Amino acid sequence: MRLFAIAVLCASVAACGGNAPPQALSADAIAFQKKLQEQLLDAKPGTVIEIPPGKHALDRVLTLRASGVTIRGAGADKSILSFKNQISGPEGMLVYASDFTIEHLAIEDSKGDGLKINDGENITIRDVRVEWTDGPKTTNGAYGIYPVKCKNVLIEDSSSIGASDAGIYVGQSKTVIVRRNKAEKNVAGIEIENTIDADVYENTATGNTGGILVFNMPNLSQPGHSTRIFKNKSVANNLGNFAAKGAAVASVPAGSGIVINSNPKVEIFDNDIADNRTANVIISSYFSTNYWNKPGVDPNYDPYPRAIYVYGNRFSGGGDSPDGMDLKTLKVALFGLNGHFPDIIWDGYQDAKNLVNGQPPADERICVGADGLDVLNADGPNKYNNPKVDKTSFKCELAKLPAVQIPGKA
Amino acid sequence: MSRRFAKLLLGSAFLLLGACARVAQPVHYFAEGRPAKLSDWQVVYADGGHLVLNGGVVAYDLNTPLFSDYAHKLRTVWMPKGVGAKYDADASFDFPVGTIITKTFYYPLPEKASGDNAVARTYDQSHEFVAAGIAGSGLDLRHVRLIETRVLVRREHGWDAMPYVWNAAQTEAELARTGDALALDLVDEKGEHEPFTYVVPNENQCAGCHVVNVKSKEIAPIGPKARHLNRDLVYADGSENQLAHWSKLGYLSGAPAAAAAPRNASWHDANAPVADRARAYLDINCGHCHSPTGPANTTALDLRSSAPADRHLGLCKPPVAAGRGTGDHIFDIVPGKPDDSILPYRMASHETGVMMPEQGRNTTHREGLELIRQWVASLQGSCSADTDTH
Repeated sequence: MRLFAIAVLCASVAACGGNAPPQALSADAIAFQKKLQEQLLDAKPGTVIEIPPGKHALDRVLTLRASGVTIRGAGADKSILSFKNQISGPEGMLVYASDFTIEHLAIEDSKGDGLKINDGENITIRDVRVEWTDGPKTTNGAYGIYPVKCKNVLIEDSSSIGASDAGIYVGQSKTVIVRRNKAEKNVAGIEIENTIDADVYENTATGNTGGILVFNMPNLSQPGHSTRIFKNKSVANNLGNFAAKGAAVASVPAGSGIVINSNPKVEIFDNDIADNRTANVIISSYFSTNYWNKPGVDPNYDPYPRAIYVYGNRFSGGGDSPDGMDLKTLKVALFGLNGHFPDIIWDGYQDAKNLVNGQPPADERICVGADGLDVLNADGPNKYNNPKVDKTSFKCELAKLPAVQIPGKA
Repeated sequence: MSRRFAKLLLGSAFLLLGACARVAQPVHYFAEGRPAKLSDWQVVYADGGHLVLNGGVVAYDLNTPLFSDYAHKLRTVWMPKGVGAKYDADASFDFPVGTIITKTFYYPLPEKASGDNAVARTYDQSHEFVAAGIAGSGLDLRHVRLIETRVLVRREHGWDAMPYVWNAAQTEAELARTGDALALDLVDEKGEHEPFTYVVPNENQCAGCHVVNVKSKEIAPIGPKARHLNRDLVYADGSENQLAHWSKLGYLSGAPAAAAAPRNASWHDANAPVADRARAYLDINCGHCHSPTGPANTTALDLRSSAPADRHLGLCKPPVAAGRGTGDHIFDIVPGKPDDSILPYRMASHETGVMMPEQGRNTTHREGLELIRQWVASLQGSCSADTDTH
């Protein structure tokens, strides 16, 4: 049994469908797209590109390569860039630039990621909505708002709806603040992956498969660490997982409030975490994903979650109807038909080379505070044979992480 | 005309042009700006129903080319008198300011009339132009549909990229900074049709492939590297290795003898090992993004011909940001199992958001896909928790 070995309900994507040219854009739309593309090509430091109110149909990716540019609409429900008939992309907007601000607009129905920003510094995303308007579908783009390999990233007052992987996804970045955003009906609401120093606060994640995720994947440019998740609402993230199998989040069970996977130094406090029907918090190693294998994973990769500190959160509901037969069986066996898992599930994998008297070093433990909290140890290393609720092993505290500060911004 | 063409096929930068239907002007290097017409450059242009090259403009070909919706490509290079490129064993050559590289995308027309948008689905072996040149006529435009010509020009600040789209009369190509989309219909030998949208890239999309270093953000040529050029080409005075030919012309300095230079296989050379053909195919189609410096370095997948044949090349590697592009598979390449591997799945698709490469095609390269599937099937090992692939 694997903790996350769940059935993926999605249909596979047909490799070779029809290839009829899509509906052509109207003459006005073609003119709008041409002008906008020219503005992007001609942009220089200081350029502000205004997106007027209205729903603007586009059929190819908008790419920006000049730094110091602002793209500004009239509001996330007023200035809408719609990629419903996209023929070239795959992103809606693709940015290879620094000192970039995008605000007050929406990106809808891109074939791939909504807004991808690759290798930039000083990135501000404010009041941007990325949405797939037909609701959750496997064929939606993977990521809504997607800065990757960026430094000094502020994502605020934005939203992502319907992403087939993660709604707001910060990958391989450094010094990141994600605040006051909404993530709904994505597979993962907010995901921080291989990122160093991230503060995630005052966000609302609801109606996703998993609410807020902190992951480390192998083989990438940097391992992440030091993420604080606080003052968020992660509520009722029970949407069936609709990611394609193999997608990074495909192994997340529906009903996950906050998931930490293989990522060290994560602090989870002062959140409202409720009604996530597999578990309000899951702490797991890479061994609990479907991807663990020897040849494909960098031998230097650290698959363990270390120094995880969960304290002072307000939990309610949840854990009562876990996703997948294995977890359902486990729940019934341990807690009865009407029972529920504790608020925190741990897969039980820890670095055996690192244990002293059966415990990791004090600064690498999983801690739930001095008062303790029930944690279900799923006993993954022993093929889940002896899962048990542990009331004492996690009774500890860790040093708190410093707040993230972005120079000149927040 | 024929005399002139025969001369340019000699590839000499220094021969004067003979008399012809049109007053020959020298190649015009524009140090800045974007000329509105392709003919402003005087590099490659339509003349008397033929596509011709100016004097000193040298056609070249690659061992294995990028697939672009079955388009055929005429590649040319021109450099100002007295300067040449510096050889590099790995990277694109260091070209002098003033270098103009062009790539003209065209299709042979189907043998039978098949509709206004019909073009032939054939292998691109890019020999039509050279063969026609030996006959002394250039590329006869009655038999081809010209689509676009992309210009890469080396200026003081670096390379600039400009797409030009041919008009319906095939007399001129106009600058199309924001690209274009054309309805075409591929017709194969059996008369089967595949309508598709041919997308001419906008200038930013040019950079999508030609910015091979995401940090420097500079545009660079991809094809003119030693391993792609190291092959023979038939010139007017006979067959010669391209590196040797360029060196003889003064277009290249520092090149070793061909046998000492790296050489990629031809992807459709049935006599070459499948692995060599597949690696050459991945190198030219994927390696400009999927390298340690390229824009796809976010994925940790390295598809250059020099990448180690392990997880770096995708063996048993979990995808990172593939989304639905996984096709429900969990590793980039599962040795021996093309049907379980993401890489051939994404090559098989022509759907934006699933397909790889992400841009530059809207059809599936059936023969390229088959090669990669054969190669994956030939790989040994398994993606288990206990064993290595080696």
